[in-house]
Amino acid sequence: MSFLLTAGLETHIELGTESKLFCSCSASFGAKPNTLCCPVCMGHPGTLPSVNRQAVCYAVMAGLALNCKISSVSRMVRKNYFYPDLPKAYQISQLSEPLCYDGYLELASGKRIRINRIQLEEDAGKLIHKENEIYVDYNRCGVPLIEIVSEPDFESIAQAREYIEKLRIIMRYIGISDCRMQEGSMRFDVNVSVRAEGEEKLGTRTEIKNMNSVSNMAKAMEYEYSRQCKILQEGGRVEQLTLRFDEATAATIPMRSKEDAHDYKFFSEPDLPPIVLSDEEIEEISRNMPMLPDKKFRSYVDNFGISKADADQLSKYRRVSEFFDKVKEGVQSPSFAASLIISRIFAIFETENEKEDFNIKITPEQFCELVKMTERGGISKNLAKTTLDKMLISGKSASAYISEEDAKKLTEEELNVLCKRTIEENTSAVSDYKNGKEKALMALLGAVMRYSKGKADPVFTTEKLKEILRD
Amino acid sequence: MGSVRYLHNLLIKREISSRELTEKYLEAIERDNSSLNAFVNVTKNQALSAADEADKRFKNKEDTDILEGIPMALKDNISTRGIDTTCCSKMLLGYKPVYDATAWYRLKEKGAVLLGKTNMDEFAMGSSTENSCFGKTSNPFDLNRSAGGSSGGSAAAVAGNLAVYALGSDTGGSVRQPASFCGIVGLKPTYSSVSRQGLIAFASSLDQIGTMGKSVEDVALVFDAVAGHDPLDSTSDFSYKADTFSSLNKSLRGRTLAVVKEFFEGIEPAVKESLEKAIKIFEELGVNIKYCSMPQIEYSLPVYYILACAEASSNLSRYDGVRFGNRTKEPFTDIQEMMCKSRSEGFASEVKRRILVGSFVLSRGYYDAYYKKAQLLRKELVDAFEKVLTDCDAILTPTSPTTAFKTGRITEDPVENYRADICTACVNVAGLPAVSVCCGYDKKGLPVGMQIIGDKFCEAAILNFAHIFESNTDFNKTTDWGVRL
Repeated sequence: MSFLLTAGLETHIELGTESKLFCSCSASFGAKPNTLCCPVCMGHPGTLPSVNRQAVCYAVMAGLALNCKISSVSRMVRKNYFYPDLPKAYQISQLSEPLCYDGYLELASGKRIRINRIQLEEDAGKLIHKENEIYVDYNRCGVPLIEIVSEPDFESIAQAREYIEKLRIIMRYIGISDCRMQEGSMRFDVNVSVRAEGEEKLGTRTEIKNMNSVSNMAKAMEYEYSRQCKILQEGGRVEQLTLRFDEATAATIPMRSKEDAHDYKFFSEPDLPPIVLSDEEIEEISRNMPMLPDKKFRSYVDNFGISKADADQLSKYRRVSEFFDKVKEGVQSPSFAASLIISRIFAIFETENEKEDFNIKITPEQFCELVKMTERGGISKNLAKTTLDKMLISGKSASAYISEEDAKKLTEEELNVLCKRTIEENTSAVSDYKNGKEKALMALLGAVMRYSKGKADPVFTTEKLKEILRD
Repeated sequence: MGSVRYLHNLLIKREISSRELTEKYLEAIERDNSSLNAFVNVTKNQALSAADEADKRFKNKEDTDILEGIPMALKDNISTRGIDTTCCSKMLLGYKPVYDATAWYRLKEKGAVLLGKTNMDEFAMGSSTENSCFGKTSNPFDLNRSAGGSSGGSAAAVAGNLAVYALGSDTGGSVRQPASFCGIVGLKPTYSSVSRQGLIAFASSLDQIGTMGKSVEDVALVFDAVAGHDPLDSTSDFSYKADTFSSLNKSLRGRTLAVVKEFFEGIEPAVKESLEKAIKIFEELGVNIKYCSMPQIEYSLPVYYILACAEASSNLSRYDGVRFGNRTKEPFTDIQEMMCKSRSEGFASEVKRRILVGSFVLSRGYYDAYYKKAQLLRKELVDAFEKVLTDCDAILTPTSPTTAFKTGRITEDPVENYRADICTACVNVAGLPAVSVCCGYDKKGLPVGMQIIGDKFCEAAILNFAHIFESNTDFNKTTDWGVRL
């Protein structure tokens, strides 16, 4: 019997605001423990929260980027539970009236993963285990988070991977989070169920909590899928469980069953009025959003004739696409500019992060100038590539390497002269060629390229040389 | 003339210095507090240095506020930077806030002299100031009787002349009922008019800091000083500018007071009698009386206790022994046990009861039957009050069904105790302002309080009613305790 997988994802993303969600403490990562706290985020008696409007704005941006509806009135609730890293013993979160709802994210196949809601909430602190003691660091307490809750629309692990990857790109693109999984600023809970093929009703689901890498998530899903399949194959029943993923054994481990599931005793947060957003405010946020990768991709392919592979690379990274957007308007051949970026500029980066940062020494204007030289036929594409390599190291303009004279287009007459001169000066190569050694032609071509300072077009020059040698 | 204005005149004329005045009060506290137990912490040194600061400003003829140099007291759930703020709970013994409550900060900025912190029911849960880890507070009119609660310490301090005025907090009547028991004036302002920042929360959607004094004028002056928007309290109103003092003397002629029959059911005959006399006095002052009914009042106590306990159960969860407050000295094997032991030791029985009730009404499977229903009824109550208040300027009720009861009568039946809040809790549920003013005495000589409830942000109107009543009657008796001015 074969089994179908169904999964849903809850993704927690820390927002990159300056300050925390309910107080003015810095929300930055990596400071010395307990140096970024105040009476409010430490839950001192009598303190009250006040909502950081920037965080609301960021959450709305996430909603808009994921095609969500935005609530004009949304409400914060208290989620009550005791834990040493939660100073108030409740987390201020959202539940039935979230900021954003009913959205979707489209995968490359066109399949849409529906987003049930995006809720705004505060992060908890961190426990640090040292020898036999447990220490608490409250720096992260109150850092704003959004929780993006998908519908159970995933039918494979690959879809979940693609979703996370895309989500990460979008969130970084709109600049609301750095989504650094290793720092915990992007974490996932995944719920998995399995059902026999042909069965309509979804199986009992289990939830795997708090994973902070895509590979762990994939491993956990894989493990959970086979575990549940095995139970069903043996005629058993899957129990509704909350699990955690153990990296060492690559297995899921039960945390609690349905019976002893937490009762969070949710109720509306009385210390905060509802969050009210006017249509004007939402429009304003929407206006200031950058064009999203999907839209850019389509525009690159449809309006600028860029290959899909190149368009994908260019649209995926915000700074790259911004660079390209400045270039593409000023040149005749955006597809050549695109291929230069992908083949030469990307070659100097080793990691994804470097591509995202796109830290290069030349300006879009310098790059444009180089592309235009090629378009005018003044320099060959090869020369453009090698020149670009030099420019990327020095930060100098193309003119530092190619004089005005050089950049002029080689006329047919000039090429003729150069070819004839080459044939006269390289008698041995000429006789080799005439004796049937095709390769000798390459030596002659090389010489023409040298004489022309790379300006000659290799294909055209080869034709020319053959023509003269035939005569 | 109220005590504040009277003392202010003496101070600017330099007929007395703030230091002399403060010393008088400190001496009186030293002498009488052992009988009344109004103060749980006397801040002698801070008081004297604040008084000296005030005297400097008087001497230099700087602009001085009317509250400058005047000795006062704060309920022990109002945060005072560096000064113990315990909510009269074992849980918070020794806890010193690192910041000032906004209301206190505003008074401090105006030169107020803090004499100390006053007794209260633990975490403001109670109506008798007997649920305190520092012992009960006695009523200055009769030491065997309760000063009311939960702001009983503040009420006894003012009635016993151990402070000129005091701040209390009122979640279901905790300012008005003790004011009524002690024959003073107590104002519970509109929800959101005074910042709650620094008021240690009992029930966030009901709590308000209130002002208590010997006269309506004092209460009005202090209210005007503490009210107004605070960016640190998101529920505080943005636009409200409190100015109650300037309209205290407006004529009441042609104004309408509603008398709602449900508030007069099941009250002591002496209370009823005094209220009936008060109604006559108002009529003589040209006020129209309109008799009406609000059947919804019947539900107000269950609604109040469900909401208050629900919020309290969450608000009091932070006392887990991890960062501040009581941490068990007993051995424990894990964090869970540490929290359980710390909380079990730190809270006394009334607080525990309310946490349990609150956790129950919020729990899965019971939420709809209790909490959700209470929220719906809250809305109905708000609408019912609104309806009455569209036709009338204010509503007149008793503050408490009884005069001060004997201490030690706390029965095993908590619901019986909760009935003490029948006239007051509904006002918090509706978020309205109300003031309690003395309107007579029973045969034992115990004061009877009447409550005037107004529409949202109509403190000026209800204080106007109260002030004109006070000016035309002579119920403002003083007790034999404390400082004689």
